[in-house]
Amino acid sequence: METINYQNFRIEAENICVDYNGKVALYDANLRLKPGQICGLVGMNGAGKTTFFNALTGFVNISKGKIRINGESVRSAQKDQTIAYVPQNEGIDSQFPISVWDVVMMGRYGSMNIFRCPRESDVQAVKDAIERVDLTDHLSTPIGNLSGGQRKRTFLARAIAQRASILLLDEPFSGVDIRTEKLISELFIQFKNEGKTILLSTHDMIHVREFCDLVLLINKTVVAYGETSEVFTPENITTTFGGISPDFLFGPES
Amino acid sequence: MELCSFLTLDSFITDPLTHEFMRKALLMSSLVAAVCGFLSSFLTLKGWALMGDAVSHSVMPGVVVAYALGLPFSLGAFIFGVGSVALIGFIKQKSRVKEDTVIGLVFTGFFALGIVLVSKIKSNIDLHSILFGSPLGISLSDVKQTIFISLLVVILLSIFRKDLMLYCFDPRHAKTVGINVFFLHYLLLTCLSLAAVVGLQSVGIILVVAMLITPGATAYLLTDKFDNMTVISVLSAIISSLIGIYVSFWFDLETGGSIVLAQTFIFLFAFLFAPRYGIFKLRKLFDGYK
Repeated sequence: METINYQNFRIEAENICVDYNGKVALYDANLRLKPGQICGLVGMNGAGKTTFFNALTGFVNISKGKIRINGESVRSAQKDQTIAYVPQNEGIDSQFPISVWDVVMMGRYGSMNIFRCPRESDVQAVKDAIERVDLTDHLSTPIGNLSGGQRKRTFLARAIAQRASILLLDEPFSGVDIRTEKLISELFIQFKNEGKTILLSTHDMIHVREFCDLVLLINKTVVAYGETSEVFTPENITTTFGGISPDFLFGPES
Repeated sequence: MELCSFLTLDSFITDPLTHEFMRKALLMSSLVAAVCGFLSSFLTLKGWALMGDAVSHSVMPGVVVAYALGLPFSLGAFIFGVGSVALIGFIKQKSRVKEDTVIGLVFTGFFALGIVLVSKIKSNIDLHSILFGSPLGISLSDVKQTIFISLLVVILLSIFRKDLMLYCFDPRHAKTVGINVFFLHYLLLTCLSLAAVVGLQSVGIILVVAMLITPGATAYLLTDKFDNMTVISVLSAIISSLIGIYVSFWFDLETGGSIVLAQTFIFLFAFLFAPRYGIFKLRKLFDGYK
């Protein structure tokens, strides 16, 4: 197990900007996360949540600013298998002819040889990961035959098999059953204890209060960032969602 | 006289084999079908049918220029195939026109250029064989080229099979774990251009896109495993080629059209009767009788 050094940041994003063909999707965004921290990323559709993830994984290039992952570049983070991305269910082709086992094995591709031949250790990592998300009965099930929750767990298992120290999760709780939701929240606690850093986007305000140490409210840029108890206020949420009150959006606050 | 031969299935199959050109056509078309079928499973999953159509039409001026200059026609076709894709990417990025529109206007532009060039360069270019294919009249140098390109594509696809599958399935994950997505993108495009080049000899430029998408679509209806999909795709492509050539021989039909029609019929059969995804869901029927 790796040693947790709380002096160092896992993720450091400084004034990053992303634009697509001149259209600004995100500007002057900052984020710093340490090992063992869980941060919620909250914003409207089109507020730049997915863009933020894409910038951190290197899927899009930033036009300004700096990103450091474990003190190194995004490129070397990719090579070191540091970041795992768990897509939202809508983001993948559920009719793709591929089994649970094969999806989870894809988590190992980055550390295999060019022909992607699984070694003993890869097979073991995949087995363990599938066991942790409780899908051992579905090893060869095509992902098209899974429920939304099972599919979500499959991609979580891929992230586990990858042994990444940073997990980016796009809407991990949307469209999942109670059982999956419980399993994911248990996994979050384990990940935290293992010193992994988690950044998750969500629409669900209750989940933010429940899991997230920190919250990052964005609307093209950072609206507010800090400890959930301090930052996650009705005023900030209203600003994030363009003036619409959280009561209207999510029902009366508890 | 020909009708008599129909009396036995044996002579239906063996008679054409006595002709040198038929043996060559059957072998070469099977090879081409196998290559296109292999690639087809990637293209259908990636959603590149329109891209396949674009590239295959865009090779037209390349073929004409190569013929006129006495170069290997695959070289000209390849340059224009890749060039069309580069141009599509460029126009899409630099303008507000939507991608499918850009694809449509670029490939028709290239295709039109090809037709104009044919009319201007009055050499011995056989427009008909470019447009509709001529598997029965394939020359020795064409055979060599076809074998070389086919092997190249099969080797490339075999080596990068898993990476390409990942690229089609989840390019973001591929990028996140440090796999060169840019390379895979252009690898797939290169294979597409090369497959279009060999495919057009069998069925011609107009129909070559069928070779690149129909076998994959058929296989997609029949299985939930990627490896099986590839195998089924290759087999259905080869079988269609053989059926097409035989049928065109006995009934004196256009060969390229017959091959593609055979593919279409196999697809329709899968569409109706595929165990799980067919209209009649035979699997359910069997389960019901248990």
